[in-house]
Amino acid sequence: MFDNQKKSKSLTPIVVSNLSLLLGEIKILDKINCKIHNESIIAILGPNGAGKSMFLKSINGLIGVDSGKIYFNSRQINDHIRKEIALVFQKPTLLRRTVLENMQFVLEKKNKISNLEITYLLQRVGLDIYKDKPARLLSGGEQQRLSLARALLIDPSLLLLDEPTANLDPYSLNLIEEIILDENKKGKTIILTTHDMGQAKRLAKEILFFNKGKLLEQTKAINFFKKPKTQEAQSYINGKILI
Amino acid sequence: MILESFTHAFDLVLNLDKDFFEILLLSMKVSCLSLLLSCLVALPIGTYLAIKNFWGRDTVLIIFNAMMGLPPVVVGLIVYLLISRSGPFGWLGFLYTPTAMIIAQMILIIPIIVSLTAQIIEEINEEYKDLFKSLVISSHKALIAYLYDARYSILTVILAGFGRAISEVGAVIIVGGNIDHLTRVMTTTIALETSKGNLSLALALGIILLLIALIINLILITLKTKAKRRMYV
Repeated sequence: MFDNQKKSKSLTPIVVSNLSLLLGEIKILDKINCKIHNESIIAILGPNGAGKSMFLKSINGLIGVDSGKIYFNSRQINDHIRKEIALVFQKPTLLRRTVLENMQFVLEKKNKISNLEITYLLQRVGLDIYKDKPARLLSGGEQQRLSLARALLIDPSLLLLDEPTANLDPYSLNLIEEIILDENKKGKTIILTTHDMGQAKRLAKEILFFNKGKLLEQTKAINFFKKPKTQEAQSYINGKILI
Repeated sequence: MILESFTHAFDLVLNLDKDFFEILLLSMKVSCLSLLLSCLVALPIGTYLAIKNFWGRDTVLIIFNAMMGLPPVVVGLIVYLLISRSGPFGWLGFLYTPTAMIIAQMILIIPIIVSLTAQIIEEINEEYKDLFKSLVISSHKALIAYLYDARYSILTVILAGFGRAISEVGAVIIVGGNIDHLTRVMTTTIALETSKGNLSLALALGIILLLIALIINLILITLKTKAKRRMYV
């Protein structure tokens, strides 16, 4: 479970080449090119409808793209690679079962992982006392923490988080951020979308800034917030509406 | 009349009337068997139709939906033509046997279970499909998960199928023949006794049928309430 460094290196660098996605006539993603390095935390920023979530789903292989390629350490996505990637959705999708059963559903997929690891992860997200509770009776924050614990149970090399702390209470927010930093220290590469500028500053080593389906900036987080390269990014940071 | 029928019904039950229990037992046996076999066929078909996209899928669903309203007498007539001595399956010797009644009931139940299962699984598939795809869950495991997680709703469908089977009269009377001690079930007995003017026995059996329907509904409501409390539906 903790042998992530080796696995992470096997998926990175992730090279995105000319990635485009159309929805009818609308360009959801427009010729995206970027390179994601090993053991990084990348925050994807941009206004609503910029294509952030679609980009994450493309990396996960959840949606097919119209053109372009994504290479994971020079390999194109396949089921073997996808099993090394975990995606936590903005709106947690939980099975109509108890907390423990939600975790076990993933465990059945990976038989090598023991019940001890489930207990450990549930303790880590503060849900061990709720293990027999129906998952859908948990609060929003608890559901998101369970989603994260379930994602970690598959021991992914690449963790994709789609606005993982949107509308969460401060306790859940802090806990999730701690886990993100901790997992990154253990060697996982993490890509997250967020609207929380403070969160991006606290967590990200690198920023991808999207607007209207285009990747306008890929830069180190410290540089992005100090001196963004594009006018759009400057406006976004200043809280102005992007037209 | 109604009070007399109630008394008669209680008499039949309390005195362990042999003929009455034979009819009741055969009704339950035929309905339960047809339900079981229908579930084995219809649940996988309904689930498959819900989660797979293929050419003609909508047409198949429309046909099953339309078949939910099949007139039992028409089904009875078709099954009769197929299994009568001169029919293509006459050599099987099913006519006027409980097997023929089971076949007729299955034709009536399967569309109900297929259509309603497809609706339920379609809904849960919409909810789970991205998660399962991202977790690279196999189709087999997904299918089991869908049926398991929708179990309370599926159970409702199954019980609806049972309700249709136990209350069926038109088809089973044609293919079963309502033969005493062989194919006589509650509904056909009610029809016969009514035509003979023996209304108290017909009403007594009707009361038993109603009781069965009430028990089924009670089970349904209890399960639904339990499932809702746990947000499993």
